[in-house]
Amino acid sequence: MTNEQLSAYLSARFPDVEIKQGVQYLEITVPAVNLHDVARHLKDTAELAFDYLVCLSGVDYPEYISVVYHLESTKHSHFLVMKVKTKDRQDSSIDTVCDVWPTAEFHEREVYDLLGVKFNNHPDLRRLFLDENWGFPLRKDYVDEVHIVAR
Amino acid sequence: MGISTKKEFETNDFPILDQYEGGSIILTQLDALVNWARANSVWPLTFGTRCCAIEFMAVGASRHDMARFGYEVARATPRQADMIIISGSINYKMAPVLKRLYDQIADPKYVIAMGACAVSGGPFFYNSYSIVKGADHVIPVDIYVPGCPPRPEALLFAFLQLQKKIKREKNFKKNLVK
Ligand code: SF4
Repeated sequence: MTNEQLSAYLSARFPDVEIKQGVQYLEITVPAVNLHDVARHLKDTAELAFDYLVCLSGVDYPEYISVVYHLESTKHSHFLVMKVKTKDRQDSSIDTVCDVWPTAEFHEREVYDLLGVKFNNHPDLRRLFLDENWGFPLRKDYVDEVHIVAR
Repeated sequence: MGISTKKEFETNDFPILDQYEGGSIILTQLDALVNWARANSVWPLTFGTRCCAIEFMAVGASRHDMARFGYEVARATPRQADMIIISGSINYKMAPVLKRLYDQIADPKYVIAMGACAVSGGPFFYNSYSIVKGADHVIPVDIYVPGCPPRPEALLFAFLQLQKKIKREKNFKKNLVK
């Protein structure tokens, strides 16, 4: 599908997602409660068949933390960016997509490790790189007086 | 060995031969022999933590060929190695491992810090929660090689400097003559 067809399809199927044409890819912003359903639909519908989670990353904004999913379909060669916002920075938890794209398991552990986003129903949400009592170093408000020189 | 002359070793590096009156001639000769042997068979540990390791591999390959200087084989175990080339940054999780590797190397041991990361924490990452700001916070470093990454020639120059340093060492004399 082209980006226009994707956009038409998704706005008809999911009225509460925001759809925006980015520089290169179509970007959809999904409410956190619908995340798992939308992900399932994107993967399992034959016309969409987003079977490849290219990248899962977290972004720290002043009021919330956003998690960004880059999706590709190896069948139809179309591409989509899905974004979801957590409620706020303290209580940042969203549903896992591990059961939809198994590769998300380690990606989500990394986002948890560096940004502190909790993924509900994740099978093994432990720190990936850092020690247990480390903070979440990629958050903007992370302070480390010993190792980081404030500027 | 007896009272030997310079010619036997074909080297002109007998720095302390004439410094003292009598007594120590045989011992200084032994120093020179030991240092000559050590300086020409420094085996590095197979150790690379980041992109500088690629340049280190290039130095080991045929074009630059560090074997010409006796840096013959990179050993995969610290028990057989004589030195570490720290090629890449050291982060706080890696630092205890590096320390342990260094401790496992038998004396005498040498360390070359290769590249900006090993010298000072790196060109990009120095102000970071995870990177040690210079490998010399963890283990003592003999030679620093700046660059990002250093050219193979720079590393070869560091090898030669290290050989010079090894050849100046006094292994036997220091307990006998003040
Ligand atoms: S000094 Fe440059 S080339 Fe060497 S490890 Fe650091 S970033 Fe990589």
